[in-house]
Amino acid sequence: MTTPIPRPSAMLAELTHRCPLSCPYCSNPLELTKREEELTTEQWADVFQQAAALGVLHVHLSGGEPAARRDLDELTSHAVKAELYTNLITSGVGLTKAKLEDLAARGLDHVQLSIQGPNAEIADKVGGYKGGYNKKMQVAEWIAEEGLPLTVNAVMHRGNLDRLEEAIELAMRLGARRLEVATVQFHGWAVKNRGALMPTREQVERATATVASARERLKGELVIDYVPADYYARFPKPCMGGWGRIGLAITPSGKVMPCHAADSIPHLKFDNVKDRTLADIWAFGDAFTAYRGTEWMAEPCRSCDRREVDFGGCRCQAMAIIGDASATDPACEKSPHHGEMLKLAEDFVAQDDDFTYRPNA
Amino acid sequence: MSADLADEAVPFLPRGVRLKEDPARGWLLLGPERALTLDGVAAAVLQEVDGARSFTEITEILAEKYAAPRDQIAKDARGFLVGLMERRLLETKP
Ligand code: SF4
Ligand code: SF4
Repeated sequence: MTTPIPRPSAMLAELTHRCPLSCPYCSNPLELTKREEELTTEQWADVFQQAAALGVLHVHLSGGEPAARRDLDELTSHAVKAELYTNLITSGVGLTKAKLEDLAARGLDHVQLSIQGPNAEIADKVGGYKGGYNKKMQVAEWIAEEGLPLTVNAVMHRGNLDRLEEAIELAMRLGARRLEVATVQFHGWAVKNRGALMPTREQVERATATVASARERLKGELVIDYVPADYYARFPKPCMGGWGRIGLAITPSGKVMPCHAADSIPHLKFDNVKDRTLADIWAFGDAFTAYRGTEWMAEPCRSCDRREVDFGGCRCQAMAIIGDASATDPACEKSPHHGEMLKLAEDFVAQDDDFTYRPNA
Repeated sequence: MSADLADEAVPFLPRGVRLKEDPARGWLLLGPERALTLDGVAAAVLQEVDGARSFTEITEILAEKYAAPRDQIAKDARGFLVGLMERRLLETKP
């Protein structure tokens, strides 16, 4: 192996798959982990220590809804004790003012709040949870009162992309420092909902322009991170900044994955923190070495001068569209399957499906 | 809107943004979804940012410490700090 082993800097800790919401674009797998199979408080505490020793800087406490874990307070303390920058990724549902104050006092660094739409009607329909929107507005107020920095996360799709301006205004109104505009990615439950979620090319182009002008206008007030749709792009998105290069994800039961969607690649074998140390898994685990670096690449990536820029794109997307996880991401115009992917996008745009909601686990 | 940093303004790292010394990476500035690797100058500037000193005071300290002309230091430090303000990684008190 000539690829040197890098140090990871970010870890997604999926504490649980349980969630009161049932967003149709949820990236959780179709097979949700049950509560009995979740790692214990002590196991997570150990994982945080191991992660910090390995070089991880940011931990994202996520799910599902992390507040569904009754030990979220202790888990937060353990992450803080490991000196990790601790970010809570939440829908807000399940948080109370007292809980939030407690988490802040324990040293939580940052909160990322998901908003399913710019008003109650849309947001509650998408989240499949009545009253969710108002609850979020309340939570955002508590976050501001606590003085915790806030990121608003807005997942955009065909049903709400035209209301991106409203999402930006909402983030400003809530006092967010940062807004994450993430165009829906088709992993997990989202795959089932492509017919309802796939944005049109025109929507995507408008959204890109809207983000560019808002960034300029709001410089110094609101940072906007944007995950554009890649179905209509010329080049793919860089996969996680490179497979097994900067990030890793841990599932509720302790499986360690190079990305949160990696279990859509059926032949990959994932190790579990219950059986092996994190450092060992990161460096030598099959799933991590499979696509680390550039040696696994075939043409056209192998000789492409962008191979260290986008790393051949998304392995999960290559798997989903072409059935071969080591192929060039079909979002790339150099892929022989690029046309198929475009056609697929257009077909999904033409469908007018209703949402298939994920269950609450 | 473009950020500005007056001489008498007092810069500080807002909650959720902090310095960290990493054994393998050196000085880092951590914020939401951000980890900036700081070069020697940047780290030196931020180490003087304590929420009490004004920009002028910070540059005077640095000028003395590094025996460099204050104007040059002020120019570099201002460029760096304004860049952080634009990314909401630094705030100021008037
Ligand atoms: S493989 Fe795809 S889904 Fe996974 S991190 Fe890379 S880009 Fe994302
Ligand atoms: S050929 Fe591969 S490396 Fe080159 S741009 Fe396309 S996906 Fe990226």
